[in-house]
Amino acid sequence: MTEWKVICKVDDIPVLGARRVQRAKGVEVAVFRNAEDKVFALLDQCPHKRGPLSQGLVFGETVVCPLHNWHIGLVDGCAHAPDEGCTTRFAVRVENGEVALDVQELNTLAVDDTTPA
Amino acid sequence: MTNKLKLVMVGNGMAGVRTLEELIKLTPDLYDITVFGSEPHPNYNRILLSPVLAGEQTLDEIILNPLDWYSENHITLHTSWTVTEVDRVKRIVHATNAAGEIKSAPYDRLILATGSNPFMLPVPGRKLDGVLAYRDIADTQAMIDAATKYKHAVVIGGGLLGLEAANGLMKRGMSVTVVHVGEWLMERQLDKVAGGLLQRSLEERGMQFRMGAHTQELQADKNGRVASVLFKDGTHVPAELVVMAVGIRPNTALAEKMHLHCERGIVVSDTLQTVTDPRIYAVGECAAHRGIAYGLVAPLFEQGKVLANHLAEFGIGRYTGSLTSTKLKVTGIDLFSAGDFMGSGNDDVSGSTEEIILSDPHEGVYKKLVIRNDQLVGACLYGDTVDGSWYFKLLRDGRSVADIREKLMFGESNIGDVGHEGHNKAASMPDDAEVCGCNGVKKGAICKAIKDKGLFTLDEVRKHTKASASCGSCTGLVEQILMFTAGGDYSATPKKKAICSCTDHSHQEVRDAIRDHKLLTNEAVFDFLEWKKTSAESKATGCATCRPAINYYRMSSWPKEALDDPQSRLINERSHANIQKDGTYSVIPRMWGGETTADELRRIADVVDKYNIPTVKVTGGQRIDLLGVKKEDLVNVWKDIGMPCGHAYAKALRTVKTCVGSEWCRMGTQDSTQMGKDLEKAMWRMYAPHKVKFAVSGCPRNCAEAGIKDVGIIGVDSGWEMYIAGNGGIKTEVAEFFVKVKTSEEVMEYTGAFMQLYREEGWYLERTVHYVNRVGMDYVKKKILDDEAGRKALWARLQFALDGEPDPWFEFDKAQVDTRQFEAITV
Repeated sequence: MTEWKVICKVDDIPVLGARRVQRAKGVEVAVFRNAEDKVFALLDQCPHKRGPLSQGLVFGETVVCPLHNWHIGLVDGCAHAPDEGCTTRFAVRVENGEVALDVQELNTLAVDDTTPA
Repeated sequence: MTNKLKLVMVGNGMAGVRTLEELIKLTPDLYDITVFGSEPHPNYNRILLSPVLAGEQTLDEIILNPLDWYSENHITLHTSWTVTEVDRVKRIVHATNAAGEIKSAPYDRLILATGSNPFMLPVPGRKLDGVLAYRDIADTQAMIDAATKYKHAVVIGGGLLGLEAANGLMKRGMSVTVVHVGEWLMERQLDKVAGGLLQRSLEERGMQFRMGAHTQELQADKNGRVASVLFKDGTHVPAELVVMAVGIRPNTALAEKMHLHCERGIVVSDTLQTVTDPRIYAVGECAAHRGIAYGLVAPLFEQGKVLANHLAEFGIGRYTGSLTSTKLKVTGIDLFSAGDFMGSGNDDVSGSTEEIILSDPHEGVYKKLVIRNDQLVGACLYGDTVDGSWYFKLLRDGRSVADIREKLMFGESNIGDVGHEGHNKAASMPDDAEVCGCNGVKKGAICKAIKDKGLFTLDEVRKHTKASASCGSCTGLVEQILMFTAGGDYSATPKKKAICSCTDHSHQEVRDAIRDHKLLTNEAVFDFLEWKKTSAESKATGCATCRPAINYYRMSSWPKEALDDPQSRLINERSHANIQKDGTYSVIPRMWGGETTADELRRIADVVDKYNIPTVKVTGGQRIDLLGVKKEDLVNVWKDIGMPCGHAYAKALRTVKTCVGSEWCRMGTQDSTQMGKDLEKAMWRMYAPHKVKFAVSGCPRNCAEAGIKDVGIIGVDSGWEMYIAGNGGIKTEVAEFFVKVKTSEEVMEYTGAFMQLYREEGWYLERTVHYVNRVGMDYVKKKILDDEAGRKALWARLQFALDGEPDPWFEFDKAQVDTRQFEAITV
């Protein structure tokens, strides 16, 4: 049984924007909201040179990395072709306007990699 | 099995298959696709047949879509089947193969991509063994085989294709004579002088020529193989192989049989639909668009894109024709021509042409530029083609060359260019030479990507290799490498450049629509201009290229009415600081005119200590940069420093650099520091299409380096000189003298008016130098110097726009700074 942790309300995330979620350990998680009010969560680190994806411009189901303009899919965390590479995805649950992440994933996914850049 | 629409394509060549590639990208599942091709091969790069003939590449290397590609995309491919009949009522195509069998396929949409046929001279003997056209793999293979058995070859036709064939046969050891009916070679691409130079250089390699010669008959030996070519004047040359390369004709046989309207090709509309039957499209060399059947790859690919768009039911793409340029694929010979290279002389309608010519027969260099009404309309280059792509761009953009006329002949590098060691000959560069200094891309990597991935356009090369994707100063080099590697008839086509792939509209069209129809929100722009949306969207949200542009256009067109949308700004303008490679930020407070005080310096020092800021640097713009500030500290850093925002991160007024001026300097004639402060205080918070820098010097020694700023002011004894549109970046551009004024009030008014003109008319990311180049200095002078009321109105509009604008470091609400970005959520 998945243990969900409520992070914030959907409205706490700017439309076509993101928030950063600080974890006990590991690189932050970026939580995105698009124009359709869908919420996505990715490790806040571009697969290219570790740029903070939370700072990127969001359109459709894509975020553009602020450092070198790589386009990363919000659904799968993977770079659009011809660029290659994926960042870690996190499961998201939205219920009653509240965004929740999987506690186990928060505690275990990509926790060893702490150094930005 | 499904109720998908059925799409049938007749022809399996480059234009057609590119269309399918574009279609599959847009909508992979809309159609069941069936392709008929007469040749036994999958789609290959026909342009590269010449290097294959010359032994420089192999057949395998020029395959563009291997058979796997067809199966992976669920395309049914019938090779070696020729479509012979189409029943337009029942919508069925019938094809036959060599064995005389028949295969049929029904269609909902039909694409005719039948290409063209070589034109065979109607002379006796044209059907003999050993007489060939030069069109496909089979022809090429027959020529390669002939070269192993026979000695003498004759190529009829001294155009592009004929010379490439002759060169290839010569490289394979044959003795080759080129027979040409014209007075000089390649008369459709070259003028007489360049044609003569070309002939001489080919003669030095051993090629022989019969110029102005009319072929009478091809004579056979006793076995029925061609043995010689007889001319009208009674002379003859031996020939065991004759290649006809006198031109191609659109292949319209099937279309005519189907009763489709044909005139110089299958006549199509701007959506590539045949004018007779809208279910049927034609694309490529067989299609005649506005009376022109194109034979070069780039226009055909552009047609393919529009056609795919229409098939995908997006329906907003239009093909409006292309400009083309030519380059010969004979290794070691540099030749380029484009546009009206002959110079048509006097013409009542369009005005007379003038020519600028550089001729150095000893070095084998000849360049001719044709100019009409201050615009470059044609170019013919021989021996040194490095600037071909630059000239082509000037030609296509149609911008006035009056201001660079005296430098035009000497090329783009003469106008200032940095970042690639002055390399400018792509062909002579070694594979390990760096082409793109920004992204560290070497020539070898670019060539490999072009070959391996089948790239044809600059955009594709940018995407795959990142070369020329950053500052763009190596664009000319990359285009040249593309020409050499992907094939000679490269041309960059769109007459009008769309902002991004979300739309077909150009920057100018979007600007105009926002102004003329008072579009105040992004949504209004997307709706009005029918922005494309992705399959995941119910309404368009643009992309990272168009949204910042639209946001700027709205705000600059409708100040105080259109609201800034922070989510349409890139990170720096959203966080009001400059993101660094490790995700931290830099902070540069404003120092009016580069002057500071002990108090300010003390506060800066305290902030550096308090927030553990790792690096403090003096900038080139006379300010202080704090590097390595954490995002969560930004708000407090701004507050503790207590100085205004420097906008060093924004498309806005950055620094106003000043010299000491008459207050202290023993040479100073004017108080440049005060002038600089006044300008900065009047115009800070001014967003613009791109960053803007000013400088003010107090005397002509110009210590503030005003000659490379967007606006440079230089004090002289009797007043101020104003220089505009300089740039110290990638291409050093020296600012041009604009006007001399007497008072500092005038400096303010003229500077403000120029800025407002740029703000209202510049395209997003266009620096002042590029804006002025585009519209012409004369235009700017007319608007500001000659029109006093207009100038004052511009200055008034700028003051209105800036009045009450917030400082984004302190007035978060008013500047719409979303402060949630500075706090992380903790779990």
